[in-house]
Amino acid sequence: MDKLLELLQKKKRSSPAQLAAEVGLPEEEVLQKIGQWEKDGTILGYHAVLHHDYLDPNLVTAVIEVRVTPEREGGFDRIASRIARFEEVGSVYLMSGGYDLLVVVEGHSLREVAAFVATKLSTIDAVQSCATRFRLNTYKENGIFYVEDEVFERLSVAP
Amino acid sequence: MNRLSSIVEQIPKSGIRDFFEIVQSMENVISLGIGEPDFVTPWHIREAAIYALERGKTAYTSNLGLPRLRKAIAHYVSEKLGVSYDPRNEILVTVGVSEGIDLALRAVLNPGDEVLYHEPCYVSYAPTILLAGGLPKPIPTRLEDDFILFSSAIEKAITPRTRVLLLNFPTNPTGAILPRSELLKIAELCIAHDLLVITDEIYSELTYDQVEHHSIAALEGMKQRVILLHGVSKAFAMTGWRLGFACGPDDLIGGMMKIHQYAILCAPNMLQEAAIEALESGAPSLLKMRNQYAQRRDFVAKRCQELGLPFSFPRGAFYIFPSIAHLGFSSKEFAMQLLHKKKVALIPGTAFGESGEGFVRCSYATSMEKLHDAFSRIEEFLHERKS
Repeated sequence: MDKLLELLQKKKRSSPAQLAAEVGLPEEEVLQKIGQWEKDGTILGYHAVLHHDYLDPNLVTAVIEVRVTPEREGGFDRIASRIARFEEVGSVYLMSGGYDLLVVVEGHSLREVAAFVATKLSTIDAVQSCATRFRLNTYKENGIFYVEDEVFERLSVAP
Repeated sequence: MNRLSSIVEQIPKSGIRDFFEIVQSMENVISLGIGEPDFVTPWHIREAAIYALERGKTAYTSNLGLPRLRKAIAHYVSEKLGVSYDPRNEILVTVGVSEGIDLALRAVLNPGDEVLYHEPCYVSYAPTILLAGGLPKPIPTRLEDDFILFSSAIEKAITPRTRVLLLNFPTNPTGAILPRSELLKIAELCIAHDLLVITDEIYSELTYDQVEHHSIAALEGMKQRVILLHGVSKAFAMTGWRLGFACGPDDLIGGMMKIHQYAILCAPNMLQEAAIEALESGAPSLLKMRNQYAQRRDFVAKRCQELGLPFSFPRGAFYIFPSIAHLGFSSKEFAMQLLHKKKVALIPGTAFGESGEGFVRCSYATSMEKLHDAFSRIEEFLHERKS
């Protein structure tokens, strides 16, 4: 992967000047490359990775295994994108194995998520079944640890 | 009555130690004085040690080290340095390269034998030579020569008592490497004068700009007279594990092994297991760390240039060794004033031998953020001095 892209994906907020210093490119070139990636869709967007348990201890995350009937035209694509459009849905993946779509849904309460599954998701014609599992705890999110218990200490001077 | 031996009495305390005490007592110091990676050991290697403990790998191993590790070392050394060793009798697993140096010197030196080595150099060489009964004979290297050790300088220093040449390239503290052409001349010289070579190649994985590291052990006719010392500390960020290895002809390794079996017995079992993981699967982690060091090196070199500090562009290790002689300070004064006024810790060059006077060692095994900050402070310091 491009060094700059890797930094953008992994690093905390950095100014163009900081990024430029780290990859050793002039700042204009960094801005130009980022602009190009945003335009061609390599960079889809930016967001903060939130610690949900601090933000909203009642937040419920459900991972739903959905079996669907594929369509003759377009296979799973149309139905997957239909599900993805609901704003409760955070991610949708087409999977190999015992079910077809993996749908990640977030809600402010168990009731809210249950209502979404019962009234929106499972009522879609092509949906054959839903198996809903709830998140109990998070240890790592998008490459970032929830609890960083690792302290790396060095002596202040060493030969 | 004096309770310490005369040799121990004779050895000065490490200059780094005093400095450490002062830095330790201060707050908010940015230290560029740390001679070890700023990365924690990659997780897959740590996990291998945990797994070894879970499986109860807590007993002694063979004195030479685990056979599987010795095989892994043989493979690694042959791939990286182009010289093959028999894992049965030509490889010894040591507690860091520091033990390897001590064993090698003690195994080959008779009282009064002279050991040649290049200076500025790692802090332990002179004392370890003395403790082994030898006489340290440093050969100064110079900034103007990029701290290269020339065969002509070695030749001048050779006497009838010279037994060993001790090399460390890439070099702590200068970041110097040795061009292959010079290495060939040195090898010839060692053969002509029947010298043994102890080569500390702990930084061999850390060379930059596609510069290939060449080991003197791989040159024709040299394997029989070279003890090659290496380990996992710097390449895989495993300094605190204390795990190194020595490779050499079986008679020399056998001699070192005699001391090792009585003094140490064996390196810790579970750590040897982790070293196998490092040598066999550590390459991607190493590459990531090396790329980071390379970026930081470019940055510190650029800053030294901007600040008008003469330096030799470092080709290896993770140190830059700029000169501060033109500022009218001794190394120690410079380091002390910078520490007290701007809270940046650099190591005075004199910690690495007399020929380090007029220099400071600056380690760039530190985050880019801290390097930025440290060099801004150094800039302020130099500026305030001028006005």
